[in-house]
Formats: sequence, C-alpha cells, structure tokens
Amino acid sequence: MKAKHQRLVLVLLALVALIGAALLAIYALRNQASYFYLPEQMEADPPQVGQAVRLGGMVAPGSLATMPDGITVTFTVTGREDSAIAVRYAGILPDLFVEGSGVVAEGRLGADGTFVADNLLAKHDENYVPRELEGMSEHQAAEMAEETTVGLE
Amino acid sequence: MIAEIGLAALWLAAALAVLQLAGGLLALRGDGANEIAALTRPAAVLQGGLVALAFGALLWVFAITDLSVKLVATSSHTAKPLIFKISGAWGNHEGSMLLWVTVMALAGALIAAIERRLPERTMQATLAAQGFVALGFYAFLLLSSNPFERLPQPAVEGLGLNPLLQDIGLAFHPPTLYIGYVGLSVAFSFAVGALITRQVTPDFARAMRPWILGAWVFLTLGLTAGSYWAYYELGWGGYWFWDPVENAALMPWLAATALLHSASVLAGRDALRVWTIMLGVVAFSMSMLGTFLVRSGVLTSVHAFAVDPERGSFILFLLAIYIGGALLLFALRAGAISEGERFSMASREGALVVNNVMLSAILAVVLLGTLYPLLTEAFDVRVSVGPPYFNPVGAIFAFPMLTVMAVGPLLRWRQDRWGRISKEMGLVAALLLAGVVLFGLLAEASLLALLGLTFAVALAAASFLPLKGRNLRRVPIATWGMVVAHLGVAMMLFGMASESAFSKEKLAALEEGGMTSVGPWSVRLEAVEPVAGPNWTAIAGRMSASYEQGEPVQIAPQSRNFWAPPQQTTESVLITRWDGQLYAVMGGSSTDGRWQVRLWWKPFVTFIWYGGLLVALGGVMALVGRVRVDLRRRLVRRKLAERRNDMETAV
Repeated sequence: MKAKHQRLVLVLLALVALIGAALLAIYALRNQASYFYLPEQMEADPPQVGQAVRLGGMVAPGSLATMPDGITVTFTVTGREDSAIAVRYAGILPDLFVEGSGVVAEGRLGADGTFVADNLLAKHDENYVPRELEGMSEHQAAEMAEETTVGLE
Repeated sequence: MIAEIGLAALWLAAALAVLQLAGGLLALRGDGANEIAALTRPAAVLQGGLVALAFGALLWVFAITDLSVKLVATSSHTAKPLIFKISGAWGNHEGSMLLWVTVMALAGALIAAIERRLPERTMQATLAAQGFVALGFYAFLLLSSNPFERLPQPAVEGLGLNPLLQDIGLAFHPPTLYIGYVGLSVAFSFAVGALITRQVTPDFARAMRPWILGAWVFLTLGLTAGSYWAYYELGWGGYWFWDPVENAALMPWLAATALLHSASVLAGRDALRVWTIMLGVVAFSMSMLGTFLVRSGVLTSVHAFAVDPERGSFILFLLAIYIGGALLLFALRAGAISEGERFSMASREGALVVNNVMLSAILAVVLLGTLYPLLTEAFDVRVSVGPPYFNPVGAIFAFPMLTVMAVGPLLRWRQDRWGRISKEMGLVAALLLAGVVLFGLLAEASLLALLGLTFAVALAAASFLPLKGRNLRRVPIATWGMVVAHLGVAMMLFGMASESAFSKEKLAALEEGGMTSVGPWSVRLEAVEPVAGPNWTAIAGRMSASYEQGEPVQIAPQSRNFWAPPQQTTESVLITRWDGQLYAVMGGSSTDGRWQVRLWWKPFVTFIWYGGLLVALGGVMALVGRVRVDLRRRLVRRKLAERRNDMETAV
C-alpha cells in the first residue's frame, strides 16, 4: 500500500463497511420486520404460516377459555366487518387483559388458522398503551363500544 | 417559594449560557485574551452551581410533596416512601429534562474549572459550544417543560407515580445513564472546539479522553443496571428486548466505545485525527437522538412520559440545529485538518480501525432497525422490529469485532508482522475450534448461542494474552483496565449465550401443595396468601424450591395491585446460585381454582451483569491510570518551569 493514499484507503474501507451494513440492514428489515395486522386484514390477506407478525384487535366478550392444563388460554380477537381470528396463548395473562378490551398479540399464524401468540400486550396503565392500540382507536372507534376505548386514545 | 427560587436559578443559568457563548466567540475573534473572554470560565462554573440549586429545589418540593406545584401533583403522592418521592422527581418528563440539564451544566462547570491542557483558543471554542448546546436545552425546559409550574389551586392529593417505577433500581438507573449520556456532550464540545480552531493534536485527545472514559463508565453502568431492572421488574424473564428505548441508550454506548478506542490512537500515536472528531460529534448526536426518541412521544414505553407533539418538534428542532450544525462544520473543516501519522494495517492502529469500523457498522444496524418502524409509519404501515432482525444482523459485525478484540491488543503500534503473534493467534483459533465441537456436541443450541459460548471462552483466554511475558507489577493500570474490560465483554457474552442455549422454562397451573420442576429445581406451591403494603395489596405464592433434592429455599413471588394509580405488577423472586438463577413469577388464578406459576432456570445468566460491571471497572481503572499519568506529567512540567525560573533569577 502506498503510504500516500492511506487516508483515502481508510475512508473507502469505512464507507464500504458502513454501506454494506446499511444494505444488509435494509435487506434484513424487509424480511424480519414483523408487520401489524388487524383481524380483517389477516382474514383478507393472511401472512405466511410461521412468519412473525402482530395481531391487534378487541378480545371478543365470552370467548376467553382456559384449556385443561390450566395455562393455555384461547380467545377470539375481533375487528371490523365481523372479522375474527382465534388466538391461542400459553402463559400468564398480562395484568389488564380482560374480555372486551384491546390487545396486541405477538406471534405467528399456525397451519390450522389459529394465531399462536408468544406474547400479549395489553394496556399497562393509562399512560402506557401499546402503540398499535392507540392507532386502533382512531381506525375503529366507531365500531367499538365506548368503554373499550377509554384510555386508549 | 422554593419552587420560584429554582425557576429563577434556571433563568439566570440560561442567561449565563448566553454570556458563555458570546464570551467564547469574542475570544475566538481576538487573540483569546480580552475582558469578555475572561468571563467565559466563571460563567460556566456559576451556571453549574445555579442549575444544581434548581435541581435541589425540585428535589425539595418532591420530598415535602408540595402539591401546589403542578409536577408534584401529577406525578407524586403523599402515601409513598420518601426514597420514591425523591426519585420520583426525575420519574417524569420535566424532572428528567431538568436532570439532563443539571448533568450538562455540571459537566460544563467541571471542564471550565479544571481543564488546563488545551490551548486557550480551543478551550474558549469548546466552552462556547458547550454553552450553545446548553442554551437550547434551557430554552426547551423553560419554554415548554417548566418543572416548577404552580397550580392555581393546590391539589388535594397527587396522582401518583407509575408503580413500575417505584423501585430502588429507578432511584439510580436514570441518573447513572444521564451522566453517561450527557457526559458525552463534553466530547462533542471538544470536537466542535477543535474543528473551529483546527487544532487536533495528541494533547487534545489526552484532554478529551478522561471525559469519554467517565461518560462511558456511567453509560456502561446505566445499561447494565437498566437491563437488570427490566429483567427482575417486568417479570418477563428477558434482559434485553431491543426496545427502541433500550436502543436509544445502546447507540451512544457503541459510539462512545468506538470514540474511546480512536481517542487512544490519537493520544498515543497522533493518528485517526478526523475520525476521532467525527466520532465525538456522532456520540453526543446519538445521545440527543435517544432523548428525542424517548422524550418526544414518538415511542410508547414506560420511558415516554408525555405525549406532546409540541415538545417532540422542539427537540427535533434542537436536534437538527446541533447535529446538522456540527456535521456541516465537520464537512467544511475536515479537509483542513492535516493527516496524522501513518501506520501499516498489521498494527495496533490497524486493528483499532477495524474495531471502530465494526462498531460503527453495528451502530448503523441498530440505528436503522430503531428508526425503520418510524419511517414505515409515515406510509401508514405498522411494523415492529425485534430480535429476529437485531440478533443475526448485529452478530455479522459483532463476531469479527470480537475476533479483532482478541488479537488486536497483541499487535505492536505502527508496524508489526502477523507472523510474530502466530502462536497466540493459533491458540485463539484452537480454542474457537475446540469450543464449536465441544458445545456443538453438548448443547442443542442455535448457531448464534453456540458461537457466543465458543467466542466467550476464547475471548476470556485471549484477554489475558497481552500480559504474557510482562512483569505484572510494572504493567500500567490502564493496561490492566483493558484486560479487565475485555474479560468483562467475554463474561457478558458467555452469560447471554448460556441464557439463550440452556434456559429452561416451565409454566404450570398448581393447586396449593402442588409440585412442579424446572431444570434441576423442584418447586412446591405451599400456600397462596394475601399481603398488604403501604400503597398496594397483593397475593403472594409461598413456594419452597430445592436444587437437586437439596435444602429447600422459601420464596414468595407476588402479584401486586397498586391503587394510586391503579395498576397490577408482578414481583418476581430470584434465587441466585453461582451457576445461575431460578426466576419465579406468580400469576393469577385460573378458572378451576388453580394458580398459574411461571418458572425459569437460567444457567449463568448473572454473568451478563457481572460482565457489565467488569467492563465498567476496566473503564474506571483506565481512567485512574490515565489521570495519574497526567498529574505526574503536570508535576514534572511545573518542576521544570520552576527550575527554569530559579536559573533565570540566579542569572
């Protein structure tokens, strides 16, 4: 290496690495970012089975059931136009998880059409609302009972 | 009255920041020694005192729960232990911004008071830059986030503090992180100062290094403490969620780590001048970006206190001025800074360049992943970016960086041959190979966890290699600091990989008296009892846990209900052994009268935080070593000057 060009070589090296990192990041983001679905979107255009996505909607009243093992729960998340997705979740329910309230489920669609959640995000308190639920109140305020959206704005 | 004193002190401090900016700029126009320029240092010192006074006033109104102050009424409560009343002072938007400004003003006061190595013109430019940045944040505080605002009518009772934040971890986590975050403003001001006067010298890097080291140590501690806090307080069993708020603190750390290493090259070898300046600008820019992400309300998390679009635009405006201005100055001046010493790629400098480039690449990966959801939201597509992106993409750059970390310190400065360290490189390679085979047979782990375990062992061994063949008593403290910090990185990596590879999880619905097991532990739910605290009630699950049929340990995780504000939290219980932790969470009752219990056995998970502490300790040792050498050098210089004086008078 000619010493004369050292600074240039170093700058090029850094640029190549950073641009490489950025391109790799953008490529990975397109594949790995988990998209947010409303129930009606998931019914109309379901994600691939096994792809990590988030599902947000309202927990249908009367749909919450505990399986015999005592830890797996099933419930239905509803959206607009009578859309409904069955959800299965094994774990401790989040603190403010109740029927008739909003929820965001992180997980993937199973082969049987049930959404298998790894994690449920409900309202933590009036100051901490999952971001998707905030938007949901805009999109769906008309459809949802008023008590559902209290604190979600 | 106290609140008004605090507010007045803040306004006075802002006025002094104007004086500091003007004085510094005037000094640059002249020869650096006119009357106004003489005021720059005192202005910075006095400013630090005034802001400390304002912060003290805020602590006071919170301690006595003065409900006529709006902030106290909205975020505190009389029925709260004193320690949480005080820590609640920064558990809200206004208070935390005042803490930010306090740290910034104190850092500015400290450089003004003790920094004597820099040429006077660079010093004046640095103080002007510090004053300019501080001014923006005073404006933000006073114009849109006044912490001392009074209510027309005192409130009868406060609204309370988010129970998640009523934890001893909170009392220390934000101040620690802020000292690190804002401490980087000093590096930023130094970089801007040096750009203005075009004096980028080893002396400049030596002056800047203790500040970087100090800020970096606090950032490391803050990240470690924050990670542990999330681990035990949230009850999700995870220690890092790639939450945007966590990333906001990680990004300045990555930049500061790169800056630390490049400043060492500049201080020791007079190379990487422009690159060091660039990183100085980038590091604090990341701090400000983090503040914007956390405080503007574009993100929702426990950290985002107030969702106020006006505040968001204000911070964005400040961000544009400071980052844009500094980058513009950099673009204009970078060409004018002459090139430093040259070096061959096979040298310590060469290795540090690769380390810097890799750290910057990781920074770019984290930055893009954090901003991507905000970008797509502009097009009304909602996405979240999590571990499936960050872990593999970050690892692509992390593992090469770790390899360089293992062999780089063995290379000589300026010029070296790979052949000279072939034995050591062979040892590291052999350890890596043995590790992959051994762990590959031993554990059914993911590729990343496998690589992590392997690299951790090889790195731990390699971190001691720089000491080989040296008289240990004569090794400088700063070198010991490097060894300890690199060992800490290896340890942290081992904890993370072990947690990912060997963790066992058990979810069970138990009747009172029921048994379950997780890994080597068997746990019996003895009884479920109600408990009451000062501002909460809870159900506690009394459990006895025994490790491999050993003596049972009594634990009682709780599910708590706070009433001000109403909220439920889980109080998990941890049983710590040298080789891991049992993590127990109490859930609610299931419909048939059984109780949900969630248990994890996480082998060597504690190494993550021990490793973090070691990294910080390494930083402290380096800082002590550097400062000692500096003080000695100063002493020698003074003695020389005295002798010269003596000789002159004798003549």
